[in-house]
Amino acid sequence: MFWLQKNLPRIVLAPSFAVLLWFVYGFILWTFYISFTKSKMLPRYEFWGIQQHFRLWDNSRWYTAVENLMIFTVLFLLICLLIGILLSILLDQKIRAEGFLRTIYLYPMALSFIVTGTAWKWILNPTLGIQKLVRDWGFSEFTFDWLVNRDMAIYTIVIAAVWQSSGFVMALFLAGLRSIDDEIIKAAKIDGASLYTIYITIILPMMRPVFMSSIVILLHISIKSYDLVIALTAGGPGTSSDMPAVFMTQMAFHRSEIGLASASAVMMFLTVLAIIVPYLYSELRRQDVTR
Amino acid sequence: MSPADQLQMQSLERSASFKRSFYRFLLFFILGLFALYYIAPMYVMIVTSLKSMEEIRQGNLMTLPREILFDAWKIAWGGRGYDAGDVFLRPYFWNSMKMVIPAVVVSTFFGALNGYALTKWRFKGDNLVFLLFLFGCFIPYQAILLPMARTLGILGISNSIAGLVLVHSVYGLSFTTLFCRNYYVSISDEIVKAARIDGAGFFKIFFKVLLPISGPILVVTVIWQFTNIWNDFLFGSSFSFGEAAPIQVALNNMVLTSTSVKQYNVDMAAAFIAGFPTLVVYIIAGKYFIRGLTAGSVKG
Repeated sequence: MFWLQKNLPRIVLAPSFAVLLWFVYGFILWTFYISFTKSKMLPRYEFWGIQQHFRLWDNSRWYTAVENLMIFTVLFLLICLLIGILLSILLDQKIRAEGFLRTIYLYPMALSFIVTGTAWKWILNPTLGIQKLVRDWGFSEFTFDWLVNRDMAIYTIVIAAVWQSSGFVMALFLAGLRSIDDEIIKAAKIDGASLYTIYITIILPMMRPVFMSSIVILLHISIKSYDLVIALTAGGPGTSSDMPAVFMTQMAFHRSEIGLASASAVMMFLTVLAIIVPYLYSELRRQDVTR
Repeated sequence: MSPADQLQMQSLERSASFKRSFYRFLLFFILGLFALYYIAPMYVMIVTSLKSMEEIRQGNLMTLPREILFDAWKIAWGGRGYDAGDVFLRPYFWNSMKMVIPAVVVSTFFGALNGYALTKWRFKGDNLVFLLFLFGCFIPYQAILLPMARTLGILGISNSIAGLVLVHSVYGLSFTTLFCRNYYVSISDEIVKAARIDGAGFFKIFFKVLLPISGPILVVTVIWQFTNIWNDFLFGSSFSFGEAAPIQVALNNMVLTSTSVKQYNVDMAAAFIAGFPTLVVYIIAGKYFIRGLTAGSVKG
């Protein structure tokens, strides 16, 4: 009885923990292993070395996906941060309608990427969308066909993704700004510093942790981006707006290339690992210090 | 001070206050512009869904409908009434409900229990256990997609709502545990100690002492899980097709399966329907929604 009492917390945790070990860590190991086999449609367990990884990095479609991911990530990150920081600072100026505006800026975050993609697919429609709107305003030569343009399709994904996620950065920064002591701003004002200098030289540097978490979350969103690509361009035209996550599911479920799909999943996993581990490490250490 | 000086002071003050109100105006102008930017797609969605296809071709994105028609909404929700290739959302909407509700309940309950066990009954290695849960929040699901598909097959629940409930419960566990653990850490251990001295056991303390004060975090957790599971597409499209698909998958199929003529008004009505439940939750409980987002970000 005493033994039970003493070990009850562990017994209660055990089922969840077992599920976690099996479905998360076990599955990841399985995927790792499969990426070292010759598996095509069905898994085969004879070891095949790193052939699949060679095949992956020989694959031009994978290169397109990685290149697109880089373009997307850089633009998505920069624009979201820019808009988010700007809006949070503006909202921090004791605005009367703040709650209302905040609700508007953040609502896209409640929608799914499929809904967002469907809406933007219509807005960016090469004939009836923005192009028609601007032509109706009198610019009859205006063309906007990025959605069906091989070189520009990836940027349409950036446009829709920024619309969806920039409000989130605003919310994070606003929460950060609110936690800063008003006295600091007052003191700096008395010293004659302008509001602009105060924000640039004092407040934003104090927001380092918020920058960190925003960047990590945005990176995470962009590496995993799948739904939006499917809904907006489906990776097209051709494969011009492919992303790693799309590549992976294509190989896994449509091309019967389980081994290759696993190799690409391993690449995605390692990329996330490289971002998350240092972040969690610094985050947990910071909390140990402050506690 | 001479009268001339006074005049100069006044004009200085006036220009300062003019400058202030100019900045104030600029501030509201920029904020308003951004508000329009975020609202515009929603406006376009609603306006388009209320037009006929003929009017859509004649007008543009922003023009208001001459006549408000709900035909597109009826078709998006209930179909055109013929059998072959008629995709509409009603059955999939209920699929999603049947998937979301059990998955949210199961993952939230176990998350609360885990969070409680991890914070109020410390044991050796509990931090490592928590770290393993925490890391589960970040894994790219592509790394578990294939083995999960096989597991569902072996369990005989692939392409079923039960299978999706399992998947969402399992991968939601990391988030719910994280949320609840972080909340319970901030609750004083004294309450638990007092209850233990009174002779209350593990479960009694959980149900009688901790759960009654867990309201805020449970709301945050439930909203987070509801939104994520409702909006999921990756699991839905990987593990289900046809009749067992959740609403996001059905919406995507609807938009893709273009019969002869593209029905943009139906697409927009369908998109709105698929986004409606999470939008309502956001408008009613936005505060908790944001708290979930920020809690999910400042992890640990």
